[in-house]
Amino acid sequence: MAITQLTATEIAGAVASGRLSASTVIADALARIGERNPALNAFTDVTAERAISRAETVDAAIASKKPVGPLAGVPFAVKNLFDIQGLPTRAGSKINRELAPATRDAVLIERLEAAGAILVGALNMGEYAYDFTGENVHDGPSRNPHDLTRMTGGSSGGSGGAVAGDLVPLSLGSDTNGSIRVPASFCGVFGLKPTYGRLPRTGSFPFVFSLDHLGPLARSPRDLALCYDAMQGFDAGDGACVERPAEPVTQQLSKGLSGLRVGVAGGYFRKGLSSEGAEAVARVAKALGPHRELELPEVARARAAAYVISTTEGGSLHLDRLRKRPQDFDPATRDRLIAGAMVPAPLVDKAQKFRRWYRARMLELFQSVDAIIAPATPCVAPKLGEQTLTLDGVAMPLRANVGVYTQPISFIGLPVVAVPVPLSPLPIGVQIIAAPWREDVVLRLAQHLAETGIAAAPRPPSR
Amino acid sequence: MTTDNADALMNAVAAGAHMLDLTLDPAWLPSVRANLEVSLRLGKLVDEFPLPDDHEPASHFKA
Repeated sequence: MAITQLTATEIAGAVASGRLSASTVIADALARIGERNPALNAFTDVTAERAISRAETVDAAIASKKPVGPLAGVPFAVKNLFDIQGLPTRAGSKINRELAPATRDAVLIERLEAAGAILVGALNMGEYAYDFTGENVHDGPSRNPHDLTRMTGGSSGGSGGAVAGDLVPLSLGSDTNGSIRVPASFCGVFGLKPTYGRLPRTGSFPFVFSLDHLGPLARSPRDLALCYDAMQGFDAGDGACVERPAEPVTQQLSKGLSGLRVGVAGGYFRKGLSSEGAEAVARVAKALGPHRELELPEVARARAAAYVISTTEGGSLHLDRLRKRPQDFDPATRDRLIAGAMVPAPLVDKAQKFRRWYRARMLELFQSVDAIIAPATPCVAPKLGEQTLTLDGVAMPLRANVGVYTQPISFIGLPVVAVPVPLSPLPIGVQIIAAPWREDVVLRLAQHLAETGIAAAPRPPSR
Repeated sequence: MTTDNADALMNAVAAGAHMLDLTLDPAWLPSVRANLEVSLRLGKLVDEFPLPDDHEPASHFKA
């Protein structure tokens, strides 16, 4: 198997034991990026010099028997809203690429590199993360490795495409309303959106402070766990980050299903679901054993409230740029942000009050189940440029509706793993959702699904 | 949406732009209006949900 097809866990094991050098791994990754990125358009910046230097440092540490971290030699890349020292943090925009270069890496990059991982670049994304498609008018669209004419999903489009296309085994994305889970679903990879407040956002460009999360995408649940464990811990630079001891999950993956009660989300989550989405949910539910169908409380209203908070906080964040440089935005982003700035304030306050009500009801639901299964996206990856999505025979605006199943979950910050179900010809994801701080539960279930072959990151067609 | 409502929303966009000191190209107005319409429709769904007066927002500040 080619090095670029190894998981992060396999690479770290091979590098730590001396079977592979970090320099060889990085050289292979950079070659693969050079070969495939022109078609996939996943990377917007490749930090080759830095990566080669860092690999030499890892190799020197191993040669001198110094300890290396659990991700030794693992190449990774980050959505271009993460600060990378020496680069402007463009956040998918034309405007921000004129900013001064960042003087420090984002905290999560620092933590991954402290664990031995090696940053190889920054990844394409939807403008200012207000996107579910992975398309970008300034940098061109991220392309789906399984079918280059299709969307990766967004807004972490490059993060999904880079992992699915074997450019890197690990990437970081952000998820406000579904921006890790949607590309994970369309690209057929695993994605973890941790509990709100678990991972610090310090050194990343925001979209909606109330709802923004950061997290990893990978080809296996074990890689997600390894990465997540390396990134846990409080950081005072993020006001939402919780002072809670790290709770490592990697050692718990092999616990299997024992004692876990699973429910399947019905009602709202059945409406508008494609036959592929329904098939994927059915396969996952069957593999997780006896389960019952659950009706989540007021889900449509939860999605509506998430929408209101997102559009208004986004409008507020960009107000000055909308005044001074409206012509430099993607028109689709601009018009949504302008409209968001005009939403009456009482609706936002009510949405935040409803958020607390909904959280309380959902926590009650978690008294009777440990995990809830729900579709990640209504359909498989649409064609690039498509504007509408047909749900239950009704054509709807695509950009606004790809996240119908993800928004009500991130709205209250629940931990979720999106697992890829390898349907043919295109994969589709399923959400495994747990109560706050129970990343161990969602990753255990994902690991079981991976071990039984129900969930897997399919290889794209070879080129 | 009725013509009256559509006009009212277009007027709201113009008033909002004035209050927020935003300069809008006339060509953008239909799209801004359409987006505002979606936000208000979803906002109405939230607005209609009864909550007690003492219900705290999730965004409360801790000193």
